Amino acid sequence: MPNSTNDSIAEAVIAIIAQQAVLPVEDVTPASTPDDLGIDSLGLVESIFAIEEAFDIKVPFDANDPAQNKFDTSSVASIIRAVQGLVADRKT
Amino acid sequence: MKRVVITGQGTVNALGHSVPETLSAFREGRCGIGPLELRDVERLCVRIGAQVRDFDAAQHFSRKQIALFDRFTQFAMLAAAQAIEQSGLILDGECATRSGVVLGTAGGGVSTSDESYRAVYQEGKTRVHPFVVPRLMNNAAASHISITYGLMGPSYSVATACASSNHAMGQAFQMVRSGVAPVMLTGGSESMLSFGGVKAWEGLRVMSRDACRPFSANRNGMVQGEGAAVFVFEELEHARARGADILAEVVGFAMTSDAFDIVKPSREGAARTIAGALRDARANPEEVGYINAHGTGTAANDRTECAAVREVFAEHAAHLMMSSTKSMHGHLVGGTGAVELLACVMALRDGVIAPTIGYQQPDPDCALDVVPNVAREAEVELVLSNAFAFGGLNAVIALRKFR
Repeated sequence: MPNSTNDSIAEAVIAIIAQQAVLPVEDVTPASTPDDLGIDSLGLVESIFAIEEAFDIKVPFDANDPAQNKFDTSSVASIIRAVQGLVADRKT
Repeated sequence: MKRVVITGQGTVNALGHSVPETLSAFREGRCGIGPLELRDVERLCVRIGAQVRDFDAAQHFSRKQIALFDRFTQFAMLAAAQAIEQSGLILDGECATRSGVVLGTAGGGVSTSDESYRAVYQEGKTRVHPFVVPRLMNNAAASHISITYGLMGPSYSVATACASSNHAMGQAFQMVRSGVAPVMLTGGSESMLSFGGVKAWEGLRVMSRDACRPFSANRNGMVQGEGAAVFVFEELEHARARGADILAEVVGFAMTSDAFDIVKPSREGAARTIAGALRDARANPEEVGYINAHGTGTAANDRTECAAVREVFAEHAAHLMMSSTKSMHGHLVGGTGAVELLACVMALRDGVIAPTIGYQQPDPDCALDVVPNVAREAEVELVLSNAFAFGGLNAVIALRKFR
């Protein structure tokens, strides 16, 4: 996957998360956790819905036990990596 | 204050179309959850549920009735007919004038809405069936029971999501206890297993795709069910005067609000409600032998509910049984507390505790006696039924063996 695509995915994911957190995009860093950004479990479910719609992907996320998920939501960076992976899979 | 007893009960749910069939399923630990059979199921991610099977409305209702009865009303009507028949009540005179119907339902006529939206949005039709509104309204089931049996007292529907039935039955209890009505038909009904109903629940990502395993460490969410249960709540002297067979006594009820979160449960709110029901019943915690848990099979509910029970019962938590029958009949949302009350009556009357089936791995956070997988014989005097709804609305009912 070209880096430019990955960069634009990162940018779009950050924009979605920033909108959910009601923060300017500059305040959402790769190291931020949903908790840091004030995103609770419902907020996370809503962000993932927005991500699925934006990238036309299916995110394997179970709100029942987020710690057990294949989709790692521990930080913004991990979410971006997971979305990049899902987008790449979609294209193959 | 008057004493309130249960003199009749009826049900239609995934475990059977009658109370005896349902109680057999409870005794056998039979599961009513299976692959969903509904239109467009292939477009759903969640494809299991506890559906009412082999149900032919035409066998029970006229064409004219079917035109007016959504599936949730059909279930409620059949459950009410069974309950009234068992009670032996003749509903006439002053009894009919003062008695009424309070039923819980969260969604009302969900399949009517679903089919009508499909007709106008997807199929491009210009009109829907003329009875869409009277079919889908939440009070349709309560109203049709009132009309059918000529009950002219207080009748209404209660919608508090997963606690709807318990709130309804609690209100019926309070009305009979206070002397407002000599008899109340009460319980709840739900039928959300349509494409739109299941699709909406999928969104929350709390649904299991394989089984409902409350309290088991490997649980992975809730499973929806459908159906109804209706009870006859009757003032004791009224029941005695006609020599009625008394199934159990309703002795306490409490309802509270968490005032906390729209979906997350609260240990403090659950504990406050359980303690309130015991206070209302003038009972000591040590008297409770069985609790029918809310037990949805989600990580959040089961952990919170067990912590609340430990808080209220302290030492005694280790000596009581608490099972979740949702593992068998699924989560009937607004109808669930009513079907679950059948397990409470069975515990008191038959001395059989319905199990939590699908239990595979102990969870240290849920280390109570959850009656895993196999029903158990036990004499119990006092039982509770818990309901803790989305929106933080809690309702707990206490029943006692009738003496």
